[in-house]
Amino acid sequence: MVHSLFGAFESGVIFAIMALGVYLTFRILNFPDLTVDGSFATGGAVAAVMIVNGFSPYVSTIAAFFAGLAVGAFTGILHTKGKINPLLAGILSMIALWSINLRIMGKANIGLLGHDTVISQIKSFFTSFPYPILFTMALLVFIIKLLVDWFLDTEIGLAMRATGDNPRMIRSFAVNTDNTIILGVALSNGLVAFSGALWSQSQGFADVSMGIGMIIIGLASVIIGEAVFGDRSIKRATLAVIGGAIIYRIVVAIALRVGLDAQDMKLMTALIVIFALIAPRLTASYREKKRRAERQKNASAGLEG
Amino acid sequence: MLKLNNILKIFNEGTIDEKIALSHVNLHLNPGDFVTIIGSNGAGKSTLMNIISGVLIPDEGTVEIDGQVVNNLPEYKRAPMIGRVFQDPMAGTSPTMTIEENLAMAYARDKKRTLKLGVNKKRRELFREYLETLHLGLENRLNAKVGLLSGGERQALSLLMATFTQPKVLLLDEHTAALDPSRARLITDLTKEIVEKHHLTTLMVTHNMQQALDLGNRLIMMDSGQIILDVPEEKKKDLTIEGLLAEFERLRGEKFASDRAILG
Ligand SMILES: Nc1ncnc2c1ncn2[C@@H]1O[C@H](COP(=O)(O)OP(=O)(O)O)[C@@H](O)[C@H]1O
Ligand SMILES: [Mg+2]
Repeated sequence: MVHSLFGAFESGVIFAIMALGVYLTFRILNFPDLTVDGSFATGGAVAAVMIVNGFSPYVSTIAAFFAGLAVGAFTGILHTKGKINPLLAGILSMIALWSINLRIMGKANIGLLGHDTVISQIKSFFTSFPYPILFTMALLVFIIKLLVDWFLDTEIGLAMRATGDNPRMIRSFAVNTDNTIILGVALSNGLVAFSGALWSQSQGFADVSMGIGMIIIGLASVIIGEAVFGDRSIKRATLAVIGGAIIYRIVVAIALRVGLDAQDMKLMTALIVIFALIAPRLTASYREKKRRAERQKNASAGLEG
Repeated sequence: MLKLNNILKIFNEGTIDEKIALSHVNLHLNPGDFVTIIGSNGAGKSTLMNIISGVLIPDEGTVEIDGQVVNNLPEYKRAPMIGRVFQDPMAGTSPTMTIEENLAMAYARDKKRTLKLGVNKKRRELFREYLETLHLGLENRLNAKVGLLSGGERQALSLLMATFTQPKVLLLDEHTAALDPSRARLITDLTKEIVEKHHLTTLMVTHNMQQALDLGNRLIMMDSGQIILDVPEEKKKDLTIEGLLAEFERLRGEKFASDRAILG
């Protein structure tokens, strides 16, 4: 159990990088970007192909980030220049990426066993250290979080946040909102692909279908994290998103432990997101009802008395 | 400073909904002119503002700012030269961001945006000084989210942000209309103070005739997409609301549609 819990932490921190990307589009830009399912696999595909062709795993992982940037920029351009609705723009990219990812890989699955990966190198470097992957990945995620926090406080970052919040206003302050959207969606998918690259290395293979359902996992991480840890400031929210990704993996690990089937996981994830989206409204309307009932009671009591 | 030459704007041309919103409008503003605009609903006042700011492109005619024809510049490229405050107090600020972050975005309006922090110690001091001029105590709430401010406070902040970098043209479109009378007076006084301090070339649309008479050095009346009356400084001083209404009747042969206009 303890071991599988650490495993959940480990995958949680890798997924947290993806979730930070989803946070950038979903919360900062207010752009529900479905490219994620495709770009996660793009990251895995690019890294795996480069690794088996003898590139350094570090170079390969960074190349995956840049591939994600390009893919995200494409979605952003579809939306801003092509005037395609954000959901549809993301779906189009996602579908196109299925074919592109297969082209990159040349087959549906590439095994990495026997090849040097970022993960295997960390393991062999810290031989006397317990859970080296967990700690190095946690450190990496934390650095990425600090970078995201910093970026969102820069002049360009502020313009990006305002683009999601009040585009008319920020245009009146001389910002080309097309550019901030393209940049934001690109950065988001860069992080997602980076996460996909690390994930394929920790799994020991890249698969063309490894990204399916990723957007929902990302959303679940954002929503769970914000609900548990709060989102009062950017710094708080990015930390919460990381926490949400880890909680999500722990919940999955426990669910598998108590006998849920792995193939039911996507259903469970969808249910979690649905619940998290509906719950605040339900509790609010319940409170409202209770408040009204209370008033009615007091009013009728007042009449009688 | 601002020149509109023969501006024509038609909405839905060639359909049954065709509407000539601006019909060959000419307007010249000298540097430092403060022009108030009145006119009935649908007269074309907001359309005029949107043509100047680049939200709308005229079908005919040219817009010149500071000697440069800006017809082909999109909204965001004109924005360094133009400050705007909208009627809706929610429209001019970013509600989930803090007061200082909002000011940082206004500060960057006429500069290239970089990867430098939007708010630093020096700028924060500058923002504080600027906020003090509002006398609303906002300088002590730099880290409050703007969404928490009242409508009047947000509009005051919008006005400050719009004028922060001293734009060549300031456009105010009924920016006090959504506020209660005391707040509206506060924003009116601030407007006067700021415009005079920086000698901003200003166009202010208002439905409050008294405000239109009290502020500025020139008054324009619009109707059906045209400027029907242009009162220069010398005449404006002696003008009254009754005089304005009589002038409208003389020009249009009907009573001024005063459903929304505030007469006193
Ligand atoms: N985007 C638009 N599409 C079609 N008609 C419009 C549009 N904007 C304004 N109009 C019409 O143009 C006329 C002028 O509108 P507007 O400039 O908003 O008037 P005002 O601000 O003086 O009340 C009105 O008849 C209005 O219905
Ligand atoms: Mg209007």
